Amino acid sequence: MTGERVRIALVLPDLLGTYGDRGNAIVLAQRLRWRSIGSELVTVLSSDDAVPEDCDLYLIGGGEDVAQVAAVRFLRRGAGLTRAVARGVPVLGICGGLQVLGTGFVTGDGQRHDGLGLVDATTEPGRGRAIGEVTTQSTLGGVGMLTGFENHLGRTSLGPGSHALGKVVRGVGNGRDEAEGAVTGHVVCTYMHGPVLARNPKLADLLLEWALGEPLAPVPDPPELKALRTERTRVHVRNRK
Amino acid sequence: MSDTTRETDEPTVDQTPAQRQSPDQRPSADGGRPPDRTQGADQHWKVVPAPVREPADTRRMGLRTAMAINAGKWAASLSQRLGLGSGGMIGGRLALTLQPDLLQRLATGRRVVMVTGTNGKTTTTQMVAEALRAKAPAVSNATGANMLDGHVAALLTQLDAPFAALEVDELHLAQVTERFEPSAILLLNLSRDQLDRVGEVRTVAASLQRALTQAPGAQVIANRDDPNIVFAAAGHPHVTWVSGGVRWRDDALNCPQCGAFIGDVDRDWRCQCGLARPPADWKVTDTGVLDSEGTHHELALALPGHVNRVNATFALAAALQLGGEEAPVLARVRRISQAAGRYDTVRLGGRRVRLLLAKNPASWLEMLDLVSSNDEPLVLVVNSREADGYDVSWLWDVDFEMLRGRPVQVAGDRALDLAVRLRYAGVRASVASTVEVALGGTEGGLPDVIANYTAFRDLHTRSRT
Ligand SMILES: [Zn+2]
Repeated sequence: MTGERVRIALVLPDLLGTYGDRGNAIVLAQRLRWRSIGSELVTVLSSDDAVPEDCDLYLIGGGEDVAQVAAVRFLRRGAGLTRAVARGVPVLGICGGLQVLGTGFVTGDGQRHDGLGLVDATTEPGRGRAIGEVTTQSTLGGVGMLTGFENHLGRTSLGPGSHALGKVVRGVGNGRDEAEGAVTGHVVCTYMHGPVLARNPKLADLLLEWALGEPLAPVPDPPELKALRTERTRVHVRNRK
Repeated sequence: MSDTTRETDEPTVDQTPAQRQSPDQRPSADGGRPPDRTQGADQHWKVVPAPVREPADTRRMGLRTAMAINAGKWAASLSQRLGLGSGGMIGGRLALTLQPDLLQRLATGRRVVMVTGTNGKTTTTQMVAEALRAKAPAVSNATGANMLDGHVAALLTQLDAPFAALEVDELHLAQVTERFEPSAILLLNLSRDQLDRVGEVRTVAASLQRALTQAPGAQVIANRDDPNIVFAAAGHPHVTWVSGGVRWRDDALNCPQCGAFIGDVDRDWRCQCGLARPPADWKVTDTGVLDSEGTHHELALALPGHVNRVNATFALAAALQLGGEEAPVLARVRRISQAAGRYDTVRLGGRRVRLLLAKNPASWLEMLDLVSSNDEPLVLVVNSREADGYDVSWLWDVDFEMLRGRPVQVAGDRALDLAVRLRYAGVRASVASTVEVALGGTEGGLPDVIANYTAFRDLHTRSRT
């Protein structure tokens, strides 16, 4: 953290940012502002040299197969992200970002690709796309119920180096063992769009606390956010969209 | 092709004999076989001359075609009389079933303008139809039935109309050019639409490119500021380039051809693979359009906003290409005040309001731009039904921040998502159970209601003019 500004890195939105994942950065910046803490958005594009290692929080969104492969190639170019993770800096990977940050993934053409290995998770294409509302009970302390929208073909298996972000109550998630997402240390990955931090303020604040290294002053959730969470976590009999 | 856009009646070199037929001929329904489009793998472009067609004559129409036309018209009028809607679609579908070749047969001898792109199709198609009517009758599917049966239905409405302006779904243009060669093809823009469909923009651009290779004799009028459109049209031999600007850039950061980073699409970019922004033949300005000779044409449209000056420029270019004259063409385009309810001022919930459609991030940006120039009450409505896409994450791709300082009412199935988005954007919003209730909470002025697809459709149905 430089001075009093939290540096939030939005990593490769030109490759990985198909589903409004930029919104996670908007949410983080605004939740800091509500507490009178400044922030700076550092956008890392595929035209840049490498990912800087001095940011306080990294966000990686989702994209298509080709974009994922290109993203891994780019992220390997410098060790910025890996070094930041070694310092305990939080990283949030969404959908394709989960696959990129995992140990490996198989693309639609059957090719296997190595990921960055920051979480212990491997992904293969499933039989059909998982599309719809997804609700989980989070394994992270104090986070509670998570809600999001999933849209992915990948089915993810977790290795011993990671645990799930949540247990699936509704929806598909990883497609294995009722797990959704993957967590290793402060690296948090999920299939949830929505964006995930817009719908789940406690997860947003947890990432910010990790970034700041200290507890945050509580802010009350705005009424429409409470109502949205109630609306979206209501368990339907079927996953009707 | 800047030198051809201003020409009037004289056919240009690239027109096929079929297109050169005088516009008052009836369609020759027996048509002859479509020209062979098989091309060598190494030869990307090959102009295949169309066979010289017999003068059109309905008496020589094949029996099967005549039956299909009659059945289609009968079904359409029956459906209309039974109150099942305008009846066009069912008629078109039935006629196509009876005569699968019907589209190309009905198109033969007419000069057809096809309009496609993610946003602005319906409005532009209506503008083209009106512009062409300055010269001769034109049929159109301006109600948005934009696949093959909708085209057949439109062509059936007036068999002797020499012109047709047809809106076509982006992924269906290739099916059209497989069947016949339009006189002009308008490529407006491409951007992400329904987010449930991944990778759509690149797939659509490739499909449009294939559609154009099947129509080497058509005049293409294309948006040079949209890299995806440039990719689709750059290889075509006859392109008129319109510079309309792009408000939404997030689908054009990388080269559609090779994936390299383009960055700022507002400058004259040139990619490492050779794809580059072409020079403009028509440049849209703050009040009108500049032609390639530097002459400015005031547009003075009844329809609002930059986006409609761009649409009108496409329509003007198409009409001039097909022999229209500028003054009467512009006079007609200027008078258009709504297109299938878009931009229409209607009565809703006891108030007069203006209805605006925004169905994806690019069109939301256009509409927010439009309303940011006024201070009227504002109601935003978002649904997430099948036709809208179930995922509303795209709300976070739209710069709602530009509404700061202005009270906003939200409604629709996903009013809460919208309210949360606005909260994080620093915009004061209140949630209303219905649009009518929201309008009750506003005072004075002529409120703007921006709604996404199914929400707009329902409001349009509920409203009165
Ligand atoms: Zn390129």
